[in-house]
Amino acid sequence: MPSPALTTDAVTAAPGAGKQALLSVDGVTLQYQTKQQIVTATYRVSFDVYPQDRFILLGPSGCGKSTLLKGVGGFLTPVEGQIQLNNTKVTAPGADRMIVFQEFDQLLPWQTVLGNVMFPMRTTSRFPRNEWKDRAMRAVEKVGLAKFANSYPHTLSGGMKQRVAIARALAMEPKILLMDEPFAALDALTRRRMQDELLELWNDIRFTLIFVTHSIQEAIIIGSRIVVMTPHPGQIRAELDATAYTQEHAGSEDFMAFNRKINGMLFGSENIAHG
Amino acid sequence: MADVIHAPRGRALFKELPARPSIDRTTLDSAAIGEIARDVGFWRRCWSYTPLRRFLVLVFLGCAWEIYARLAGNPLMFPSLSDTLVAWATDIANGTLTSAVWTSLRILVLGYGVAVLLAAVLTTLAISTRIGTDLLATLTAMFNPLPAIAILPLALLWFGLGVQSLIFVIVHSVLWAVSLNTFTGFLSVSQTQRMVGRNYGLGGLRLVTHILIPAAFPSILAGLKIGWAFAWRTLIAAELVFGVSGDSAGLGWYIFQNRNALETAHVFAGLFTVIIIGLVIEGVVFRSIEAATVRRWGMQA
Ligand SMILES: Nc1ncnc2c1ncn2[C@@H]1O[C@H](COP(=O)(O)OP(=O)(O)OP(=O)(O)O)[C@@H](O)[C@H]1O
Ligand SMILES: [Mg+2]
Repeated sequence: MPSPALTTDAVTAAPGAGKQALLSVDGVTLQYQTKQQIVTATYRVSFDVYPQDRFILLGPSGCGKSTLLKGVGGFLTPVEGQIQLNNTKVTAPGADRMIVFQEFDQLLPWQTVLGNVMFPMRTTSRFPRNEWKDRAMRAVEKVGLAKFANSYPHTLSGGMKQRVAIARALAMEPKILLMDEPFAALDALTRRRMQDELLELWNDIRFTLIFVTHSIQEAIIIGSRIVVMTPHPGQIRAELDATAYTQEHAGSEDFMAFNRKINGMLFGSENIAHG
Repeated sequence: MADVIHAPRGRALFKELPARPSIDRTTLDSAAIGEIARDVGFWRRCWSYTPLRRFLVLVFLGCAWEIYARLAGNPLMFPSLSDTLVAWATDIANGTLTSAVWTSLRILVLGYGVAVLLAAVLTTLAISTRIGTDLLATLTAMFNPLPAIAILPLALLWFGLGVQSLIFVIVHSVLWAVSLNTFTGFLSVSQTQRMVGRNYGLGGLRLVTHILIPAAFPSILAGLKIGWAFAWRTLIAAELVFGVSGDSAGLGWYIFQNRNALETAHVFAGLFTVIIIGLVIEGVVFRSIEAATVRRWGMQA
């Protein structure tokens, strides 16, 4: 399907010159081994993430985006290739990479909203004890849930739970933030607000973000760099520079053209004519 | 974007439904609606109060007992509730029943505590190492079906006629039930919650205490409840078999003695006490643990 001409054309910008890659994924194949079969989720995937990148993994459902994120998170070991963080091989999970999972049950039901946000501070002792509460409260306010700080997760809506998970990750001020479709469950309005909040926060702290989505629009708005993946088993179709497009450009001619280009890569070229 | 692309194709594929006019409605301000939440009312609130409903069931059963016993009129075979209560009050007053209860409860709590501790060690081993899993699986498969009474003769041989034998059989009857439930609970903790824990640097024992135990708490609690019931049964049965342990006798012995003396009302009073203690533990201790944990966390209805 992918024509070689398009692929070379797609890689538009050279990686940050002179800078050292923070995360390098090199020829990584990830597999799931079940009783009946071995499922290859991603096949020889390579990319480099530089400090402060807003790095997007974009692709159709089931192409292995979550799997790739779990590999970076240290939960899965590649059968081929390797994943390096700061030049050391990733072998185990750790609190240096905060993950916001795709699943709804990532909150701990036995902790309140505030307790959930404070939980990683408690297990890692990253901040002094007397700051925990303030930091957690600030993060909870940021996602607009101050009124629910003492509620238990089962009393929240799906979108609210997701926002708590985001607050929990942000409160840790991580060097790398991994987010797996964090805004998928939110209504259009809240989603838009959270996207703005995330970008604002990124501007404040300048963390490195790896963000999974299957919304092209969201990818362009959030990302500085977009990896487009092929359907199962996931391979990298293209790595695109998206630094030129932000929220304000949405709807502009450039933005739409870029959108169409990615659309073509994902759905095959026969549909470009209609878009 | 996707809509735009698929629309032309879709239209061609199927016949659209006939159009119906759109409707635009005006909505009221929430202040104008007035009553949004309403008090459910005194009686209904009483009725939804579980202890009250349970108490009514007990009253009903008590009445049925009293009426049946009076109609039957055979206090030797089936004493009435009032006879039983009188016997109960007398023995409480003269201290025989209280000392029996005290003796039994002490042994029970000791045996139960030891069993729960052992279960904690076994299941932690089982969840952290593969050989531990095999050990637990094999041990529970071997010993869980074995009734405690069947190993009582062995216990007597090893530990003699005393508290140790009783504790040994109680531990046996509680340990496997609690371990099995706890381990099943650990296994069913969601993969995501485990990953959350490991993401925050938890592993080994800390993962067990911070994530697995609270996440598996409904199963653990169920195991503890079953274990408690097993402990009671085993203790009463064991006491019935060999009775006196050292200086003081327990509830089982109290029941056994009164049966020998054909004091049926006192036998009933003994059974009655077992039931009361069971109800109190279930209705007060376990219920408040549940209310403070799994219910509050929304893990159990
Ligand atoms: N635990 C598992 N065991 C076996 N196969 C799995 C497992 N998890 C995922 N897979 C397979 O791996 C492939 C990639 O799954 P993954 O969850 O990474 O997709 P995804 O890109 O995140 O999709 P989505 O956008 O729907 O979340 C899928 O084909 C799926 O069948
Ligand atoms: Mg996914």
